[in-house]
Amino acid sequence: MYLLKRILMLIPLMLGITLITFTVIHLAPGEPVEMQMAMNPKVGKDARERLRKFYGLDRPLHEQYVTWVGKLARLDLGRSFSPDNRPVLDKIKERLPVTLSLNIIALLLEFGLAIPIGIMAATHRDTWLDKGITVFVFVGFAVPTFWLALLLMYFFGVKLNWLPISGLHSLGSDNFGTLRYLWDLAKHLVMPVMVASFGSLAGLSRYMRSTMLNVIGQDYITTARAKGLSERVVIYKHALRNALLPLITLLGFSIPGLIGGSVIFETIFAIPGMGQLFYQGAMSRDYPVVMGILVIGAFLTLIGNLIADVCYALADPRIRQS
Amino acid sequence: MSMSRGGRAVVFLLAACLLAACSSGEQAPFPVSQVASSPVAGDAIVEGTIGEASTLIPILASDSASHAVAGQIYNGLVKYDRNLTITGDLAESFEISADGLTITFHLRRGVTWHDGAPFTSRDVLYTYRVIIDPKTPTAYAEDFKQVKSISSPDDFTVRVTYDKPFAPALASWGTNILPAHLLEGQDITKSPLARKPVGTGPYRFKEWIAGQKIVLDANPAYFEGRPYLDRYIYRIIPDTSTMYMEMKAGAIDLMNLTPVQYARQTTSRLFTSRFNKFRYPSSGYLYMGYNLRHPLFGDKRIRQAITAAIDKKELIHGVLFGMGQKAHGPIVPGRWAYNPDVKDIDYNPKHAGELLASAGWKEKNADGILVKDGKPFQFTILTNQGNQQRLLSAQIIQQRLKYVGIDVKIRIVEWATFLKEYIDKGKFEVVMLAWNISQDPDMYDVWHSSKTNAGELNFIGFKNAEVDRLLVEGRGTFDIEKRKQAYFRIQEILAEEQPYTFLYVPDALPVVSARIRGVEPAPAGIGHNQIKWYVPKNEQVY
Repeated sequence: MYLLKRILMLIPLMLGITLITFTVIHLAPGEPVEMQMAMNPKVGKDARERLRKFYGLDRPLHEQYVTWVGKLARLDLGRSFSPDNRPVLDKIKERLPVTLSLNIIALLLEFGLAIPIGIMAATHRDTWLDKGITVFVFVGFAVPTFWLALLLMYFFGVKLNWLPISGLHSLGSDNFGTLRYLWDLAKHLVMPVMVASFGSLAGLSRYMRSTMLNVIGQDYITTARAKGLSERVVIYKHALRNALLPLITLLGFSIPGLIGGSVIFETIFAIPGMGQLFYQGAMSRDYPVVMGILVIGAFLTLIGNLIADVCYALADPRIRQS
Repeated sequence: MSMSRGGRAVVFLLAACLLAACSSGEQAPFPVSQVASSPVAGDAIVEGTIGEASTLIPILASDSASHAVAGQIYNGLVKYDRNLTITGDLAESFEISADGLTITFHLRRGVTWHDGAPFTSRDVLYTYRVIIDPKTPTAYAEDFKQVKSISSPDDFTVRVTYDKPFAPALASWGTNILPAHLLEGQDITKSPLARKPVGTGPYRFKEWIAGQKIVLDANPAYFEGRPYLDRYIYRIIPDTSTMYMEMKAGAIDLMNLTPVQYARQTTSRLFTSRFNKFRYPSSGYLYMGYNLRHPLFGDKRIRQAITAAIDKKELIHGVLFGMGQKAHGPIVPGRWAYNPDVKDIDYNPKHAGELLASAGWKEKNADGILVKDGKPFQFTILTNQGNQQRLLSAQIIQQRLKYVGIDVKIRIVEWATFLKEYIDKGKFEVVMLAWNISQDPDMYDVWHSSKTNAGELNFIGFKNAEVDRLLVEGRGTFDIEKRKQAYFRIQEILAEEQPYTFLYVPDALPVVSARIRGVEPAPAGIGHNQIKWYVPKNEQVY
């Protein structure tokens, strides 16, 4: 019953999201037609009209909205307002895997590094190690991504020639065997993943450090110590488990972010991901692409929240019954 | 002509390329070993491009990246040769009737499409029909609407008739001819050819991996002979710094350098032994356009004074690291329509002051700004976001104009807003923009007084009866001498009227791996003999 109510509530919420998305993008000055044809002497007035008609931009706004939502309900995101006129879904499909896998790897790396770093900082609180870690993670937080990326590229790509500079595959990788193909891909991913995770280390590891410190101060830790347990067991068995709980919530929050990509980062590493697609879509006023990505993002956020709520409900009978 | 938005995005158009007249100072270096070997087939060339093609059906594309790739795959009936004269391409020859009303194209025989089907006049007729079809969302219908009738007496002849002589008509037939046997009866906007084109050109389409690369294979049956290079690969790298490093690491063979890369970062001996740099004027110019409807700019003495107060040399030095030349009219130096005798207004702040004084701007206020009727001399230069060269130019100009007592503000606006809210509505004082100009000097759309409505290109509102007449005259005859007269006179009038302050013509700065031989800079740039480029056997890497 609770679940059904929650799911039904998604429908008006989704409608509201589509309406806001549609309004916002149409409020931006300029039209896709302008972007393609303005400032070109070879374009006559009726060429513009022709293109507007082709995209259906000559019809009243509410009609355009209804058409779009109608298609959306049938899971059709429409066709792109760029010269290729391809289905938006195709465009997203060819870019999503790249962004998704890159983000997942980076996320795993972030958590994999931030947790031990945070624990280390907490257990060595106020020592030189703690301070050193603090400086290191904040440097990572403060350094501009593009600058770090360029330095790494120059050092590992041009000077040492160890790693490929940009893109995802080497030329001729189609003829490689599976192992060599994957090795080639892995080499391409080293720098992007490094740069992507470095910046987020600071926040996560600081968070880990503070929850850990919080837990260490609790009575049951003192009890555990008093029982004569070794420090290792106290920290990793008793303290860590409890300290990880808030972090898992944080992990849940990052799920909708997995489909988004950073424009700067993708541009520098020439990675064809969602960030570039969205940015180019926004700049050329490619309404269907922009709206499509926004709606998918919003939908994932809603689903994420729903799953979280359901999990809470499962865990806590008080929510179920209210 | 088309508007260039990204200054750093002077995309390297191979088919419809640039011009030369080797610019002052530096000679383009030639590969030392060029004479030593004879051409062999094999190897590949990797070109770096910052933009990805959108569609490979060229009549639907409006971006230069698409046209660059399509230019390798398709042919037109005519093309510009290395000296920028029009010659036959898919047409073996053509004749223009004495009255200038009819053009007859004699098509090459034995040309085949990449799928083996023969090329005939049917393809030409189809291409014409699909362009003028009101359902086709193309930007290129205008030139073809002037056609009164078109016929093909046989499979290898096409005859086109016009109502009145129309000089840009011939060049318009350089449009890429599409395969009728694959498109006829289809909806061109949904055709698979957009992602898998079939043409007649030197390279055949192989694969396109979205956001990463487009790979083309040599066409063994090409009518001008098989290109020596086996493959032509476009790699999409949106950032110029990344591209530059890829080139240094040897992963890219051809790209366009930025001025600072050309002047400062590619001068080492190691670099010049591995790459050949080229330099020639590009086919565009930067300008400052005055809104002539604005009372401040109605007086031509004011516009002349502003030009005289700007040091164009300083701009070229500061913004382009010297990689450019002064512009003083709408035709770039080296073209047949360029009038070398036009007297430019030289940098002379004193003269600028005198001109301003004669227009009534004599007194200065406490801040050193000229005042007339209690109002300070003040305006805003509007330019688009994302173009560092324009911003720098505007800042240098701001400084120079301050010396003569003019207070300039700079405003940067995102492109879509810039067009919609400011240009189309005429809501600007001075704009800083650039034109990319075509090989044909026709510039009716930019300067004719009938083109001043919203969304049209004479957005500064320039109206001059003599220029109007000359523009019509210039496009109304195929006689080069008559056209020259018209365009020479237009340049004189524009130099006197200064509706724009023409600032500079930047240089195109391509760089090619030294492995690749046979690259010859010409007035048309370096792309004109691309099928003759080759790599000696012992240097082949792919």
